[in-house]
Amino acid sequence: MTGGPASAPPWGSAGQDDGASWGTATDHGWTGPSQAGAPWRRHRFLSRWVRGPGSPLPLRREREGRLAGGVMAGIAAKTGIDVTALRVCVVVATLLTTGFVAAIYVITWLLLPMTGEDTNIASKALADKRGIGLAAALASVLAVLLITASSLGAAWLNAPAWPIIICVCGLVLISRNGAADERLQLRRLVEPLLGTADTRSRERSLLRWLLTAGLIIAGLVILFHGKERFDLLIPLGGVLLMLSGIAIALAPWWLRIARDLVEERQARIRAEERADMASRVHDSVLQTLALIQRRAAEPQEVIKLARGQERELRAWLFDGQEPGTIKGEGVTLSGGIRQIQQDVEAQHRISVDAVTVGDCELDDDLQALLGAAREATVNAAKWSGAETVSLFAEVEADAVSIFVRDRGRGFDPDAVPADRKGLAESVHARIARRGGAAVVRSAPGDGTEVSLTMARASDRMPRRA
Amino acid sequence: MSGPVSAAAAGQPRVFLVDDHAMFRSGVRSELAGHVQVVGEAEDVAPAIAAITEAVPDVVLLDVHLPGGGGQAVVAAIKPQLPDVRFLALSASDAPEDVIAVIRAGARGYITKTISGPDLVDAVLRVAAGDAVFSPRLAGFVLDAFAAGAAAGQERPSFDPELDQLTTREREVLRLIARGYTYKEIARDLFISVKTVESHVSSVLRKLQLSTRHQLTRWAAERRLT
Repeated sequence: MTGGPASAPPWGSAGQDDGASWGTATDHGWTGPSQAGAPWRRHRFLSRWVRGPGSPLPLRREREGRLAGGVMAGIAAKTGIDVTALRVCVVVATLLTTGFVAAIYVITWLLLPMTGEDTNIASKALADKRGIGLAAALASVLAVLLITASSLGAAWLNAPAWPIIICVCGLVLISRNGAADERLQLRRLVEPLLGTADTRSRERSLLRWLLTAGLIIAGLVILFHGKERFDLLIPLGGVLLMLSGIAIALAPWWLRIARDLVEERQARIRAEERADMASRVHDSVLQTLALIQRRAAEPQEVIKLARGQERELRAWLFDGQEPGTIKGEGVTLSGGIRQIQQDVEAQHRISVDAVTVGDCELDDDLQALLGAAREATVNAAKWSGAETVSLFAEVEADAVSIFVRDRGRGFDPDAVPADRKGLAESVHARIARRGGAAVVRSAPGDGTEVSLTMARASDRMPRRA
Repeated sequence: MSGPVSAAAAGQPRVFLVDDHAMFRSGVRSELAGHVQVVGEAEDVAPAIAAITEAVPDVVLLDVHLPGGGGQAVVAAIKPQLPDVRFLALSASDAPEDVIAVIRAGARGYITKTISGPDLVDAVLRVAAGDAVFSPRLAGFVLDAFAAGAAAGQERPSFDPELDQLTTREREVLRLIARGYTYKEIARDLFISVKTVESHVSSVLRKLQLSTRHQLTRWAAERRLT
């Protein structure tokens, strides 16, 4: 699939849409309409319909400016004839030929490659056994329906029967084998009729109801019209028997095809997920492993890398957050705690075990609390000499508490060294005027724990992460 | 099974390792050497069940993620026939639903693979002695799970309401575990004995295993989604 307008060659931009197709020749880089004296402008009448000199490139379906398959847009680009005129001609011709032109259109759609591509949809469709099966199934259903209808008196259905069957089969194959953007286009065309679209959309459901009402009224009219001739009901019974016979014979096949479609879709989703996973794992884990191998001689560096990667992977797998970002950073408390963990681990040779219970959104008070927690964690990383710091945050209905604990050398609170005193004072100062409290507990050889609490504004409800 | 080896290692708990990574098994083996007696190892569910039934160890160190059905399958198969075998689960991840699932299956504790050697030995000995082992993160999960239930209210009355709530004391103990305290430190902090701390943790474990409340599983599922 060479999808995407980015890969389309420059000549593939004929007519951005119908309304804007007047200036397409300029877009091509050919002589523009403003350049008087261009040979194709000599005929006044022709110049009304002919927009350009035509492209010397082979005929292709156009990606841009198409309505259905881009066949008309392609012919317009090739011949220089206005695309709207071509479309009107095709619609009129379809009506006159009871649909054969539409069938030809669909076949052209199948056989004509899109701009920038060498293969057509038909060559892909030939390998699509299930698609062919589905098309055949639909064709058989349609054939039965049309035969039934025409035998019931709607003889006018005989003429467009073949075109209808060809169109449906062709569209099925296109919808299964076309490029992704083509399928999307097709879905957009079919959606309102099938009712697969968003049911909240009023106009679409209106269209569907109108269609249903029309069919029901038509059916009633036919029924009442044939009321005086009950002998018509006898062939109807025969047809019904025949129909049920065919349905019983083919139902398992139709069901299997429907199931296959579902399975195939699931398989495709799985494959996409796997590809996504592989690319992420490559971007993160494999890169880190490569780095670790190269720095095997520096254990501290290796631990730092491994911790960082572990944290990122964990956040991705269990919190669904993209690698390289911190969910809720600056927004929620748990995001803030994760940020502290990440920063301290990156800047100091220490691991931070962070546990958060509950979560809530941050306000200025809690930002201050997080600031104090960060300072306490950095302090532990710098001075405690411990290998890990435990960081525990709990959000309760009326208060938020954060505990920073290390099992490092500790100190005697009564004989406070200057740095530790600085910690207690600055941590306390950060939150005291907002109504928070800080308690530092420590003993020599027993580690240190800083407990920080802050009352919550009562209107804030606890939010689970 | 009681040969000269077990005589030499008298008093040491007999430990069985189940993990699909050979490298990890050998690492754990060397860390446990001298403290416990490793009586066997397996790398998948079916061989593990067969070998554990054969060896009857005191403690099974069980990886949560195994190719043939996960650690829960091993617990589920062994528990009915050998109720005295205790399981200590460990994994590289600590996704809440993993933790809750393996604890509910009957494991006596849960630790992550990043645990240090001495802490691992301590955890194994503790489980061998019949205690529960809660890592700080597990304690956090449990607090979160029960708090979530309380916040959601009892919209569906439970079979046994006592199982659906933690006592104040249990919550205090869990909070201290989450803060990184050892049992000894918790005991000192709360002026209770280490045995009492252990009984509180075991009681939380029991509630976790027996609670029929849907909140527990729903909580785990919700955490996964956000």
